[in-house]
Amino acid sequence: MHRFANPTRFLRLANAVLPWLGGLTVILFGVGLYQALVISPADYQQGETVRIMYVHVPAAWAALSGYTALAIASFTFLVWRHPLADLAARAASPIGAGFTAIALVTGALWGQPMWGTWWVWDARLTSVLILFFLYLGHMALVNAFDDSDRGSRAGAVLALVGVVNLPIIKFSVDWWNTLHQPASVLRMDGPKIAGEMMTPLMIMAGAYFALFGVLMILRIRSLLAARRLRQLRLAVQET
Amino acid sequence: MGRFWAIMSRDLTLARRQGADLAMTVSFFVVVVVLFPLGLGPTPGQLAEIAPAVLWVTALLAAMLSFDRLFQQDAEDGGLDQLALSGLPLAVVALAKALAHWLTTGLPMIVLAPLLAITLNLNTEAYGALILGFVLGTPIVSLFGTVGAALVVGARRAGVLVALIVLPLTIPVLIFGTLAIDAAANGLPIRVHLLMLSAMLAAAIPLAPLAAGAALRQALE
Repeated sequence: MHRFANPTRFLRLANAVLPWLGGLTVILFGVGLYQALVISPADYQQGETVRIMYVHVPAAWAALSGYTALAIASFTFLVWRHPLADLAARAASPIGAGFTAIALVTGALWGQPMWGTWWVWDARLTSVLILFFLYLGHMALVNAFDDSDRGSRAGAVLALVGVVNLPIIKFSVDWWNTLHQPASVLRMDGPKIAGEMMTPLMIMAGAYFALFGVLMILRIRSLLAARRLRQLRLAVQET
Repeated sequence: MGRFWAIMSRDLTLARRQGADLAMTVSFFVVVVVLFPLGLGPTPGQLAEIAPAVLWVTALLAAMLSFDRLFQQDAEDGGLDQLALSGLPLAVVALAKALAHWLTTGLPMIVLAPLLAITLNLNTEAYGALILGFVLGTPIVSLFGTVGAALVVGARRAGVLVALIVLPLTIPVLIFGTLAIDAAANGLPIRVHLLMLSAMLAAAIPLAPLAAGAALRQALE
């Protein structure tokens, strides 16, 4: 891990990976969306509305993984003080917030025809909304200090505090009697979802995670550039 | 242990001598609650229905007003460095601060909440749940707020920021606090909601000071 903490080495690796990952994202989204929207069967109960699931579920997975990534990056930054981990944390929170927003909006669009309401205050929806607020709080906190390093450290502590929410989101459907359906893919007794629906769902999940990777690389790269620009400006002022 | 009490009694003394700060938070609580009957019109049934939510939300908002100064003053006059050098773990310092905060804002709100509930025509059966919920819930709010206050030391617009960070974390307290009052008002058992609040308090007492201590250490660097 320490090997890749060097920004130059990271940039070289990232620049090499980026076109491939970008291509993979486009291909996976193309295949996944075609499978999900055209090939896969309509649900016998939900009808065509089930297709929202292929956009909604991977977004929720990406939202949770985004927070996990944010927490790991924050922990790494607090313990080893890798500047790159700080940039990764700063990069992860807006991306994670974006995926959380997608999950919330697509969930509402699905809920309107299925549950007859855009929004219910059940445990799963509320805890995901809290996740969204945690992302917003992190974004606000890291940018709230004149000394940007102080913001990074405060943000890292906040990110670790918010980890409490992750198991609550995962198990909210089991602990409480919710309108949101319980887990059907990641469960102890194996997935409970038909094969012809599972395949497009997994391809879409791959597409979302590849997109996540692309966005992370792009944002870390721009944050690195911004930091270098600031250092150069300071250097020019001093001479 | 002596140093723990020293930090706490210092905060309590400060709160007593600068009585206006304390009075402001508590007055905010009273004034905002009183606004609701005025805004809604005096329909007793309607008021009783929203009373649990009004009391809890207002208590949370009033608490948020008091957090931005919790460590800021100490950080500005160097007191925070002294506390760090005292040899006491920063987590314990945070716990002492949280306890002092609860005694100066949580406790007055516990006393005032039933009185304000009368103005909102809360169902008489619900007073026990209201008081018990506040007794269990306000310390959690103080502990979470201490974490937020430690995080925003030195930030621009710290007051708004601390509310933005802490309010989402207090949503579970709000949910179970109001559920307990609603259940009591409708003659349902309140035990499970109070147990949830107790569990959160039991988790927050050791964990929140640790997080606040970590945040303070970052603020001191």
